[in-house]
Amino acid sequence: MSSSIIKDQPTGFSLAQYVTCLNGIVWREGLRFLHQRERFVSALVRPLVWLFIFAAGFRQVLGISIIPPYETYIPYEVYIAPGLMAMIQLFNGMQSSLSMVYDREMGNMRTLLVSPLPRWYLLFCKLLAGTAVSLLQVYAFLLIAWFWEIEPPPTGYLTVLPALVLSGLMLGSLGMLISSGIKQLENFAGVMNFVIFPMFFASSALYPLWRVQEGSPMLYYVCLFNPFTHAVELIRFALYGQMNWVSLAVVGGCTAAFMIGAVFAYDPSRGLSRRGPAGGET
Amino acid sequence: MTATDAPIAGQIPPDSRRCDPGEVPALSIDGVSHSYGARRALIDINFAVAPASFTALLGLNGAGKSTLFSLVTRLFGIQAGRIGIFGHDIGLAPGEALRLLGVVFQPRTLDLDLSVMQNLLYHAALHGIDRREARLRAGEVLARIGLADRAGSKVRDLSGGQMRRLEIARALLHRPRLLLLDEATVGLDVKARADILGHVRRLVAEQDIGVLWATHLFDEIIPSDDLVVLHQGRVLARGPVARIIADTGAHDINASFKRLTETAESGNGSP
Repeated sequence: MSSSIIKDQPTGFSLAQYVTCLNGIVWREGLRFLHQRERFVSALVRPLVWLFIFAAGFRQVLGISIIPPYETYIPYEVYIAPGLMAMIQLFNGMQSSLSMVYDREMGNMRTLLVSPLPRWYLLFCKLLAGTAVSLLQVYAFLLIAWFWEIEPPPTGYLTVLPALVLSGLMLGSLGMLISSGIKQLENFAGVMNFVIFPMFFASSALYPLWRVQEGSPMLYYVCLFNPFTHAVELIRFALYGQMNWVSLAVVGGCTAAFMIGAVFAYDPSRGLSRRGPAGGET
Repeated sequence: MTATDAPIAGQIPPDSRRCDPGEVPALSIDGVSHSYGARRALIDINFAVAPASFTALLGLNGAGKSTLFSLVTRLFGIQAGRIGIFGHDIGLAPGEALRLLGVVFQPRTLDLDLSVMQNLLYHAALHGIDRREARLRAGEVLARIGLADRAGSKVRDLSGGQMRRLEIARALLHRPRLLLLDEATVGLDVKARADILGHVRRLVAEQDIGVLWATHLFDEIIPSDDLVVLHQGRVLARGPVARIIADTGAHDINASFKRLTETAESGNGSP
């Protein structure tokens, strides 16, 4: 079919248009983050409370033996710092998914989804934008933690960046996948109870796995198969300029699986169309 | 009226779309059906919107208007039938179809925490329009809707009518050839409603944009419009308003709509 009206319309999209779209989504996510100062503060306060209070209280109780990547005995605060960095990303990923549910209820999500660019690309841009925001939070945390004698090698601040990007993508895509299944904002409380807390506590963020194994072999296996454990370990090793290949493979694989699941769930022929129009629409 | 205008799957009667021979309709809906589980929301919908025309989609709450809009905008996948935008199948070539489409949804879709300009720039980026070009276009559309002096204002500080005008301006930013508006005047006062409707009608006349205007308000329809009457998921009538009124033997569109729906509900006039 052809028409004089559409003959002069361009077809396809140039690389510059894809980049413009990515910039726009990251820019918008950044603006929203800056406008929500309380979100930034709470994102920082949460890990700092763990670091200043929880870790200070437990440092005398929990001794950490020499385990890779550490080459000497370390205070408990140093041990849990990578776990807290991953915690920031976990909460940020879930916050992003919360905002997607909110956007969907408020209608903002439609603006994104009716863009002519491929939907998988739009969702990927959204994911990257969320990850970029989480990086700001993590580095702000590292800055404050430095005054608390959490002092990884200077190059560690650089080598941890790719690990943070990958773990941010994994946790963000998990949040996106979860958001596709949440019908109402009220249901999000369940995510806290059934996703965030179990993922965080059943991981190596707060205690080394060998200690978990001593206490409960079953919990050890739960921790071992928890992708969040591998995000923590990937960050921990990268912060000290080392690579944990198993964790890299697990985090990379989970990122791909969650991302594919999210794109599948947001496909118009599958996910959203089952639910019907938003309340009040006809 | 209802029997003679019964749609035939895959065919659009020429009188309802008023397209010139060989001209592709701005929007073509061919045999579209949609269900939510066991509930049928749309049943074999057929109609077309001609380029540079104003077509009103009239239906009560629950008629299926928003479901139809969700299908046209690809928020929902098409279960049965075909939707084309200037000949581009929304299912097969969504990118080409969506770039020709501007849409104003029933719920507000602006980001209240961003400024007027930031909302426009974000929309432009989603269409791959670079920042400099986007600023130029944003300035133009804001001037056209009388919000040029509010570019830096937070959207939440605008009135309901201003927000709707901004949404229309945003929908036009990427220069679409077809504009969909779903209950765009709901919740606005009489003056704001008239302003918005007048603005959209001028777009048809001055910029050759095809418009599909979904509404449940009879006073938003004038005799020269094309009309599609949607009721309980079915098209009961389509064509020029004057002809639909004449065919139903009514004296105005209100009475005409009442007759059509009563006939359909009594089971005698199922299309």
